[in-house]
Amino acid sequence: MLKKRLIAVLILRDGQVVQSVRFKHTNVIHYDAVHAMEAFNKWAVDEIVILNVSRDSASREKFAEIVERISSHCFVPLAAGGWIDTEEYAQKLLRSGADKLVINTALADDPQLVSRLALRYGRQCIVASMDVKRDALDNPQIAVDRGSRIIEVAPEEWARKAVELGAGEIFFNSVDHDGARKGYDLESIKKVCEAVPVPVIAFGGVFTWNHLVEGINVGASAVAVANLFHYTEQSTRKAKTHLANAGVLVRQQGQSLAPVKAGLSA
Amino acid sequence: MMSTPVAIVDYGMGNLRSVQNAVTHVGGKSVVVENPADLLAYDKIILPGVGAFGQAIACLRQTGLADALNERREAGARILGICLGMQLMCSVSEEDGIHEGLNWFAARVTRFLPDAGLSVPHMGWNGVDFMRDDPLLAGLESGSDAYFVHSYHVRCDDVSDVLATTDYGLEFHSMIQRGNVRGIQFHPEKSQGFGLAIIRNYLGMSC
Repeated sequence: MLKKRLIAVLILRDGQVVQSVRFKHTNVIHYDAVHAMEAFNKWAVDEIVILNVSRDSASREKFAEIVERISSHCFVPLAAGGWIDTEEYAQKLLRSGADKLVINTALADDPQLVSRLALRYGRQCIVASMDVKRDALDNPQIAVDRGSRIIEVAPEEWARKAVELGAGEIFFNSVDHDGARKGYDLESIKKVCEAVPVPVIAFGGVFTWNHLVEGINVGASAVAVANLFHYTEQSTRKAKTHLANAGVLVRQQGQSLAPVKAGLSA
Repeated sequence: MMSTPVAIVDYGMGNLRSVQNAVTHVGGKSVVVENPADLLAYDKIILPGVGAFGQAIACLRQTGLADALNERREAGARILGICLGMQLMCSVSEEDGIHEGLNWFAARVTRFLPDAGLSVPHMGWNGVDFMRDDPLLAGLESGSDAYFVHSYHVRCDDVSDVLATTDYGLEFHSMIQRGNVRGIQFHPEKSQGFGLAIIRNYLGMSC
């Protein structure tokens, strides 16, 4: 049976791994993203998402270099996103070792780019990222361009549109829940999961391992965590154990992991 | 023996970098080969691939790589197909029409039906249940999870070709072996310790 996935998210601003709180990035967690990556690789994380949240479009090139450095140490799937607004840059990230492209603002500004990329690389390669922000009346809407522009559309409608354009997966985040330690925006995630036939990754707000279970229970195929993983030793293993104890089918790190070290026996 | 590089076939389909990274990580050496004549120098050949079957088999035939691979197979080279590379080794695929493959396995490649609420592609970590022993599986535990991404799956006519099966609504053949040729449906290069151990076992096999 297919397992529910546990995903580690690396938020990068100007090449450094930062903490994200309501889309503000003040604390640097790691000065070198490769160090963060190596820790995740040793543990039981099932996939890695790396996002460039820099507000400067000139950050593209350095970000691609970091993707390249990370991918040579990454033996789980790697999804990369941020500033993907041309086919050339998408190709650059894939050639740098990304397995999937995470696309957010282009869904609003250049939807045909999403379709072209899906046609060229396959739907499995396209992860539609959506940032939900609630208005004064608590109605969920979509925020694009690093949370700065509001589009008055319900999250489930936006998700349907993304799938029509060619997305093979939805990466759900919430501006209000990001770094707020209150768990995922379960109500919105549930509606998105019910609206689309593709896997939904829940993200934004995890502070206890049980928040992960809540995400799975409303229909997510994968649960993602950023900040919390950086501050807890053996965090991914603890998260997996909690999920397994709650009856969620997750990949366990088998004995097979132990014998692999660099170098071969004669 | 371990210093002998393995050839990774480049026929324009998919990213070869992660396979190269995995070979390097377990201490092996690899060379990306796109010229059929160059392939003749290698006794270990990895045929990777992501994309559409029809386009891939056409590329292999047009470039002469299909002939070179057939020649190496008959000469006893150990060939390892990954994902689409495994499917290309089968007799026929139903992906967007009917396409003949390399025909090294009497096997059909058919689409997953999106019934029973299962989404297609089959994407994520799923268990690999061993059917029998093989040097590729040495030291590994049956039932371990590996990372899959595919919409079509392989079914061999001869069950003795099947090394491992996986359950996704139906049971399909996730690892196959016949003589010196092996195919893996999942991505060992993205399957962490389990996948890296398979690549290490492959590199350690004698020719």
